[in-house]
Amino acid sequence: MSKRIEVRDLNVYYSKFLAVEGVNLAIEPRSVTAFIGPSGCGKSTFLRTLNRMHEVIPGARVEGEVLIDGNNLYDPDVDPVLVRRQVGMVFQRPNPFPTMSIKENVLAGVKLNNKRISKSDAEELVEKSLRGANLWNEVKDRLDRPGSGLSGGQQQRLCIARAIAVSPEVILMDEPCSALDPISTLAIEDLIEDLKQQYTIVIVTHNMQQASRVSDKTAFFNIAGTGKPGNLIEYDDTTTIFSNPSVQATEDYVSGRFG
Amino acid sequence: MTSAPAPIKAKLRIGDLVFSRSAVFAGSMILVTLAAVAVFLIVQSIPAVVATTEDASILKTNFWDYVGPLVFGTVWAAALALLVALPISIGIALFISHYAPRRLASVLGYVVDLLAAVPSVVFGLWGIGVFAPALVDAYAWLNEYLGWIPLFSGTPSATGRTILTAALVLAVMVLPIMTAICREVFLQTPVLHEEAALALGATRWEMIRTAVLPFGRSGIISASVLGLGRALGETMAVAMVLSASPVITFQLLTSVNPNTIAANIALSFPEAYGLNVNVLIATGLILFVVTFAVNAFARWIVSRRKEFSGAN
Repeated sequence: MSKRIEVRDLNVYYSKFLAVEGVNLAIEPRSVTAFIGPSGCGKSTFLRTLNRMHEVIPGARVEGEVLIDGNNLYDPDVDPVLVRRQVGMVFQRPNPFPTMSIKENVLAGVKLNNKRISKSDAEELVEKSLRGANLWNEVKDRLDRPGSGLSGGQQQRLCIARAIAVSPEVILMDEPCSALDPISTLAIEDLIEDLKQQYTIVIVTHNMQQASRVSDKTAFFNIAGTGKPGNLIEYDDTTTIFSNPSVQATEDYVSGRFG
Repeated sequence: MTSAPAPIKAKLRIGDLVFSRSAVFAGSMILVTLAAVAVFLIVQSIPAVVATTEDASILKTNFWDYVGPLVFGTVWAAALALLVALPISIGIALFISHYAPRRLASVLGYVVDLLAAVPSVVFGLWGIGVFAPALVDAYAWLNEYLGWIPLFSGTPSATGRTILTAALVLAVMVLPIMTAICREVFLQTPVLHEEAALALGATRWEMIRTAVLPFGRSGIISASVLGLGRALGETMAVAMVLSASPVITFQLLTSVNPNTIAANIALSFPEAYGLNVNVLIATGLILFVVTFAVNAFARWIVSRRKEFSGAN
């Protein structure tokens, strides 16, 4: 289910503006990788290139290669729609579909592409996904209620359930806890710990404690100044990044001296 | 024992006072206007409703027999117009909001708005001079090959001035307002929801179906209501295009077509006298009621699934 991601010489553009420059990194399967760095350094932008969501923005484009198990996502023959089915995404703000019930939200991805699913299979999948997202016990009595009626933390777990319902290989999380309270944040962090048994997880976070708590490896991004492209400064085991980084900027950042 | 403290009164500020009073005044004006129109219609209608052919020469038997075909024609033409205009306007709106390159989209938006500025009399002239003659052959074809469908049966009109032509002209007339509303609502779709759909592996059309259309649903209904309201009340274009007789028929292509209330009032009023005027005003009351009912129905649809609307 989980796959290895390899990024080679990736440049990310918004029209003519080079937002992220020259990223090389490899992400192992069944691991949690955290991207940290100051605001505007391109970590979210880079994350969105891993499932081709970057190009949804008009004028946005990418140079270089992203290989998932050796297959380049940016090969001209590759359909971005299929990429996104393999690489799921959870966003910064919880975004369940407001017009759908909890159950319909979980099944939203499965029902795309005209796929039919029997009622019993659907119920099984809903339960499995919601259990997987640690939400089942809280919502099992109100599966037909609107998803927007849940609390922020529950909505975010609903979004995770929706993402894992399509059985992706990789899950990208773009600051999934930044709109949540500490208790909900803890619930999501526990969930990430469980999910990594099955999925490759990449998480962008502004919270360095969170990165050190949940991730196996950490990538530190930085920019030289406004208007300059973001770069990957250092990529290593999380313990190394937080205790003994090899670059001065990383040490300054993780010790709170800037950013 | 302490006595309860006196409730704290907010300080009255002159600006607040002026604003709240003017808002109340503006709000009540709409009720007053509506009530005034309703009272006028009802008072003027009462003699007509009980009139017979001896009192008002325009009536063949009684008022209800007179107004029946008109109500039918009004609703029938408006419904046909809506049926044609709704999918087209949703299509144009989606093209402008989600498919067209930005520059083309803004040009198209202007063109559609411009269509709304064309006076209805011009649409009438166009309908009678260009559109109706152009449709004669198409109607003959429909009648020949699809005549087994009751809608297309009968002898096709030689002038093309049928209820279908009138409905098509109406469709063109209601298209701009409906497109404009749909477009605005579609543009409001939160990017968050669009990206949620795309990230699940939705194609562009699936993204529109899962995120944009459900979000725009109430807007689409509002657009339909406004369009329908305009189609129900449209006078000039129908009066010019349609060659009408007092009948109820679902046949779309023949030269025997039901008239609409508004067009009938416009055509009959210049020659009306005495109680005939009241009869025409009474048909206006009926139109008022029909339009009101359509609005109420649409509001009910919108409110039915309120908690799923995305407003919370």
